[in-house]
Amino acid sequence: MSYMKSNIQRILLPLMLLSMIGLIAMVFYYSPSMYDDAGQLLDKSFNIFFIHLPIAIVSYISFMIVFISSILYLSTSCKKWDHLAVSAAEVGVLFAFLVLATGSIWARAAWGWYWVWEPRLTTSLVLFLVYIAYLTVRQSIDESDKSARLSAIFGIVGFISVPLSFLSIRLWRSVHPVMFGDTFYGTAGGGLEGTSIIITLLISFAAFLLLFAGILLYRYEIEQMKDEIYDLKSDLEMT
Amino acid sequence: MNSIVSVKGLHKTFGGRPVLSNINMEVSSGEFVVIFGPNGAGKTTLIKTIATLTQPTKGIVSIEGREAHKHSVDVRRSIGLVSHDTFLYDSLTAEENLLFYGRMFGVDEELLKNRVNQLISDSGLDMRMRDRVATFSKGMKQRLSIARALIHSPCVLLLDEPYSGLDPEATEIFNNFVIRDKDIRVKIMASHNIENGFKLCTRAVIVQNGKIVFNRQKSDIGDAEDFELIYREILGF
Amino acid sequence: MLKSFHIAIKDLRTEFRTKQMLNSMIVFSLIVIVIFGISFSDVAGDMEVIEQLAPGILWISFAFVATIGISRSFSDEIKNRCIDGLRMCPVDTGAIYTGKMLSTIMLLFIVEMLVIPLFSVMFNYTIQGVPELVLIIFLGTAGIVCVGLLLSAITINSRSGELLLPVLLFPLIIPVIIPAVISTGKILAGGSISDIIDELRLLGVYVIIFYVISRILFEYTIQE
Repeated sequence: MSYMKSNIQRILLPLMLLSMIGLIAMVFYYSPSMYDDAGQLLDKSFNIFFIHLPIAIVSYISFMIVFISSILYLSTSCKKWDHLAVSAAEVGVLFAFLVLATGSIWARAAWGWYWVWEPRLTTSLVLFLVYIAYLTVRQSIDESDKSARLSAIFGIVGFISVPLSFLSIRLWRSVHPVMFGDTFYGTAGGGLEGTSIIITLLISFAAFLLLFAGILLYRYEIEQMKDEIYDLKSDLEMT
Repeated sequence: MNSIVSVKGLHKTFGGRPVLSNINMEVSSGEFVVIFGPNGAGKTTLIKTIATLTQPTKGIVSIEGREAHKHSVDVRRSIGLVSHDTFLYDSLTAEENLLFYGRMFGVDEELLKNRVNQLISDSGLDMRMRDRVATFSKGMKQRLSIARALIHSPCVLLLDEPYSGLDPEATEIFNNFVIRDKDIRVKIMASHNIENGFKLCTRAVIVQNGKIVFNRQKSDIGDAEDFELIYREILGF
Repeated sequence: MLKSFHIAIKDLRTEFRTKQMLNSMIVFSLIVIVIFGISFSDVAGDMEVIEQLAPGILWISFAFVATIGISRSFSDEIKNRCIDGLRMCPVDTGAIYTGKMLSTIMLLFIVEMLVIPLFSVMFNYTIQGVPELVLIIFLGTAGIVCVGLLLSAITINSRSGELLLPVLLFPLIIPVIIPAVISTGKILAGGSISDIIDELRLLGVYVIIFYVISRILFEYTIQE
């Protein structure tokens, strides 16, 4: 088992590095300039989009993993699902934070504000808060079984609340005037269909997915080791 | 056999730590089994598992032939549990507490009034039945707690350290109350009070580190002093 | 279902006898309203500004009061381990959850119905559309309680206890607070029930989804 894992890791690391370097090169030298609806050349700050979008998708994936492994933990009470849930939640919080950070930087450059109460941004913020709360639950319960079970419950309700948050926030914003019109994302008419953009996005997505998988794997291993140490210690106590 | 409570191959682990391992026990009608053992031996967990409050990691508990953890809602009608926690609401009166639990068990309203009055007089709390439980002494609460456990006329009574915090006099009243009820077919009690537990039991069981290390009829043991010697020998002090 | 009512009646009887929660919730909401009253005293009397502020003020005080009510809802059951006594009864845990929910909603609703006239007096503001408002408040409270009770059952097991509840609760009740605030605003501005259909629907969906899920998951919070 551990031999297999180290093999995966051996491949994963160089792949991760390669794709990251590739991504950076592509973003700066390969991807074309973007134009908005009116045919205006978009600011170079648009390049952050190639990082922002994949990170956002990866953070959704990680919370999906938390959700699914929480359900599996409750139905099987098998420890490994709990380990997967906590690992995915921690990495997910990191990515969710990066989504907010890159989004803010982009927003500042593009519109002059760091923050806009816009549905997608607000939902990302809520998502981030929900999983911060998830980690708080884990931390504040000492017994490992109980902490696993109760945080699994929170992992499930937290995940389900997110689409409802999105709906409610959209409802809320629709009563206010749209602040930036159609060029909000700058991508509407900018030609997302352009192959070079698609390729850059795919590479970027692959790079961040690999990064995510890598961190998740290491984090998961730490949880496994913690458990092993705990078991060994209680075995020692027994004898 | 015609055992009422049957425990087969019961295992329970908490956080990877075994609390009960391979417990097997058959209890037939008319028996009063007392489970002895030091603190942390797994007595409470065993009682709670039989009571369907705790899920076993492995193994089967059957009450009157029904698998307890599969049909827990049904099986609970035949079980009464008295624990060192009273399960009583402090701000309700003695009567209200019993009425509430009676209704939760679906006891018929007509019968319930009589049942409550009878149990309250059996527990010697007639004068206090309309007082809030918060004003009761520890012994009175514990007696009311038994009345609560008997409200639905269960055939299995489980007692988990019911004596903690009781003085000798209260213990005596409590004993009489437990012994008197003839409807109960099986009683299982966890206790670390050897003298009192042995007096009540028909069979003594000793649990140590989650295993049954001794299980014999009272008639095969002798008197309380003999048992105390056995107990000390087994536990090594 | 009948047994859920027995539990709810028992809870309400206990609460009306001791008035522990009622008192602190009422006093607390009074204080919240007074603080808002002081901080906005310059604009008191300006109907248009109050109309803008009212939904937010009302729902902030409701949300705060709800955290008090919800965080204490299991305290009676934890004392003397009554929750184990309930679990020994032949009812499924979902019925226990429903019972606790009914009583908590009732208590919060009573307090909220006191807050409204209080607000009206403090801000010299005539409230219109009371029946619609009552409906919104009821649905909103039900939404907060149905997920809040589950979280309360989680937090009673934690080291920080009741302190943790708001941290867990507020991110999850955003889908309740937003439509509740919007629809309250619309009604106060003279809207009718047809103007708030979207909001009510979202509140209804939230209540149903989280009631069903919490009912199922509650079992896992009290099992050992």
